[in-house]
Amino acid sequence: MATLQLKQIAKRFDDTEVLKGIDLVVNDREFVVFVGPSGCGKSTLLRIIAGLESASSGDLLVDGQRINDVGPADRGLAMVFQSYALYPHMTVEDNMGFSLRLAKVPKGERRAKVREAARILQLEPLLDRKPKALSGGQRQRVAIGRAIVRNPSIFLFDEPLSNLDAALRVQMRIELARLHEELDATMIYVTHDQIEAMTMADKIVVLQAGVVEQIGSPMELYHHPCNRFVAGFIGSPKMNFLPVEAVGSDERGVEVTLPGGGGSVVPVSGDGVVAGQSLELGVRPEHLLLDEQGPLRGRIEVIERLGGQTSLYVRMEDALVTITADGDVTNAVHDEVRFGFEQKRAHLFDGQGLALQGLHRHPLSELERRDNRARPDAGA
Amino acid sequence: MRTRASGRTVGGLRSLSLQAPAVTLLLIWMLVPLGMTLWFSFQRYNLLMPGMERFAGWENYEYLLTDPALWSSMATTLVLVGSVLAISVIGGTLLAVLYQQDFFGQGVARVLAISPFFIMPTVSALVWKNMMMHPVNGVLAWFSGLFGLPAVDWFSNYPLLSIIIIVAWQWLPFALLILLTAMQSLDDDQVEAARMDGAGPLAVFFFITLPHLKRAISVVIMIQMIFLLTIFAEIYVTTSGGPGLATTNLAYLIYIRALLEFDVGGASAGGVIAIILANIVAIFLIRMVARNLDD
Amino acid sequence: MNHSQYRRFGLAILAWGITLVIFFPIFWMVLTGFKTEAQAIADPTLFFTPTLDSYAAVQGRADYLKFAWNSVYVSFGSTLLALLIGIPAAYSMAFLPTKRTKGTLLWMLSTKMLPPVGVLVPIYLIFRDLGMLDTRIGLTLIYTLMNLPIVIWMLYTFFKDLPKDILEAGRMDGASTLQEVLYLLIPLTLPGIASTGLLSVILSWNEAFWSLNLTSSRAAPLTAYIASFSSPEGLFWAKLSAASTMAVAPILIFGWLTQKQMVRGLTFGAVK
Repeated sequence: MATLQLKQIAKRFDDTEVLKGIDLVVNDREFVVFVGPSGCGKSTLLRIIAGLESASSGDLLVDGQRINDVGPADRGLAMVFQSYALYPHMTVEDNMGFSLRLAKVPKGERRAKVREAARILQLEPLLDRKPKALSGGQRQRVAIGRAIVRNPSIFLFDEPLSNLDAALRVQMRIELARLHEELDATMIYVTHDQIEAMTMADKIVVLQAGVVEQIGSPMELYHHPCNRFVAGFIGSPKMNFLPVEAVGSDERGVEVTLPGGGGSVVPVSGDGVVAGQSLELGVRPEHLLLDEQGPLRGRIEVIERLGGQTSLYVRMEDALVTITADGDVTNAVHDEVRFGFEQKRAHLFDGQGLALQGLHRHPLSELERRDNRARPDAGA
Repeated sequence: MRTRASGRTVGGLRSLSLQAPAVTLLLIWMLVPLGMTLWFSFQRYNLLMPGMERFAGWENYEYLLTDPALWSSMATTLVLVGSVLAISVIGGTLLAVLYQQDFFGQGVARVLAISPFFIMPTVSALVWKNMMMHPVNGVLAWFSGLFGLPAVDWFSNYPLLSIIIIVAWQWLPFALLILLTAMQSLDDDQVEAARMDGAGPLAVFFFITLPHLKRAISVVIMIQMIFLLTIFAEIYVTTSGGPGLATTNLAYLIYIRALLEFDVGGASAGGVIAIILANIVAIFLIRMVARNLDD
Repeated sequence: MNHSQYRRFGLAILAWGITLVIFFPIFWMVLTGFKTEAQAIADPTLFFTPTLDSYAAVQGRADYLKFAWNSVYVSFGSTLLALLIGIPAAYSMAFLPTKRTKGTLLWMLSTKMLPPVGVLVPIYLIFRDLGMLDTRIGLTLIYTLMNLPIVIWMLYTFFKDLPKDILEAGRMDGASTLQEVLYLLIPLTLPGIASTGLLSVILSWNEAFWSLNLTSSRAAPLTAYIASFSSPEGLFWAKLSAASTMAVAPILIFGWLTQKQMVRGLTFGAVK
């Protein structure tokens, strides 16, 4: 039961400003993911929330109470570290019960709590082992178990899956989502992997260079990125960017001249756009369509066939674009291809990289994932 | 939730209080004697003549710098340091390469070879002086007798060389220990890549091993210098600085001035010179360690 | 045998030859300790009837035990003190670094560069005035200060190797600084702390500048006792060897046990 509020949190190390005034609200029971490239300040932000680092300025509030000066152990938070940070000289049981031991919880109660957490994570057979005798996935679960035992109001995760192999990562992702459901706790999760962010988050916070670029649900970020950075960061393969020139705008959107001379109308607001202005067209690979009559053309440089779908890397005059096509396309390397794009899924960015407001909202982008779930107390 | 202001995030303050005892003690340990040495070096102060203390200006330095004993002891110091360094660094490097090879009983041999470093200097010096280098009953005399050669009276004829041998015997294993450890961090892939590129054993040594050891070698040189500049016990128990001044180094000269002649002023002036000498080396060593701290 | 086997055989011979030459004086010392005084100065031989007479003679002189006790007292006492002062300092430098930390470390190193002869006179006079000449406490204090920079440096490099996360996890779990050090840091870096302690013991045990200059009869450790054999009338080789063997044996074993880790301390972390 906790709502976390960050007000103008800033952090300076010597002369470098790592965080530049972060404002954020994390609602009770929300799964919030901080995502961004390495060095964007996301881990520092998490450590400030944890109390391992102090903010240079700004306030940190839990349920309206300022906690800047509260010690890390007294904030009612638990953290799962990237390296798991298990105590190598203690058994799994002692690892999970260490916080209770420090809090002088009686042995019997301690044992019961550890057992309960071990049950949730299916760690019971491993309780007597030392961390060195565990696999990566098991260590990960012990680290989570150690957090669960503390019964925190907020769970903090610092890139917890980055040391696991790909298959295990998928499995742990599902397990974490299940845990979120089962524990009904607030979770804050840091990652550089946009797939983890997209699949688990109720709310994604995209950070770059110490600044929040955008906050929103996964579908909102995917369909309505507010700038070029978020557009390029969210989605895989990455969005393609093509230089275009504005011709004019009306109620249908902005008309632009495409590379190669064709024209198209993108349904975004033309406020402030003048004819002749240079813009950037952003289209995701999955929204580029092979089409004999398409306005764009290029030569295929590389083909990656994944079976179900095929990625075509097409060299245009001054750009290399990626097209996600059907698995059965018959094109070959060096082929000339023509293609078009779905106008209503395209984006336009101005000289500063800001997105021009879309004229239509995507229906899923307003959807909070949480509403999607069947919750026993929903609708109360 | 308690809202106790724990101050745990105020790293600077906490860190200061934890370091305070160490820093304070070392500060006193450094500043007080250093200040006193400097002060005494400008005093006429002899323990045999109490009540005669007075300010002497540069007198002690003038006296010291015009004293042939100082220059002879400086020369002895330099010869001692230079030769021991040469022997231990060159020998240590070659031996490190040798002991790095795979041979029967490698581990035991290494341990035996570095052992002299752990022997207390008074023991090393006496064992060498008596049982090894004694002109009549020593092992070396017996050994040369086997070949019909006359025995060498080491300490009478070659006093400084004898000291050098003893000190080198102690410090060669130090160099070996450090360089062997440094060698273990040499990437086998690098050597194998060089082999694939057609490098023979000599080329591997000069182009791969030696550059890799460069830093360790310079550390060895500097640390040994600091210790070798003030070799004392080995001289104390074998030659007492003699015959004449043949084996009196700077450290021993100061000892003579201070505790045998009770000339506090003169000894302190000598001490200042020793400190200056050591600092010239120390500056380089500290710079190097500092660079190392960054990576 | 093929070519490479010949090569390996030759290598083994060479390496063992050099090893034996280097180790010979120690070997000879141990051997001589089991001889009679007459055998000790006779022509060298490996074959003789060993006797414990010299050991008995050395042990019989009650003062050997006194010197040995002095050595144990000052080397272990100074090591304990240095660890006690050094662990908190190294902890804060490794885990709570500030802008000054690097400078402090280097400055500590620089105190080690001060040659003892440079400060012999003032230390001697201070000790004389405080009545600390020829006392175990005085020598212990000197050795503590002498080894403190090395101890802090070595601990610092070992502490640095411990992932910071583990202590932070402890902090999240509610550990106080003291609990962090006692329950996590010390158990996890015990091997490093042990080799640091052993290096400090070895350096103190073998120290022969301050012990020769600041002690005489009451507080003199083994280094000074062995030095007393240097006077011409004290030349009994078998007894010298027996006494020396006893004096170096424990330290030699300590040295063998921790040779690899102590390189860090000896080189201030520059070689690992």
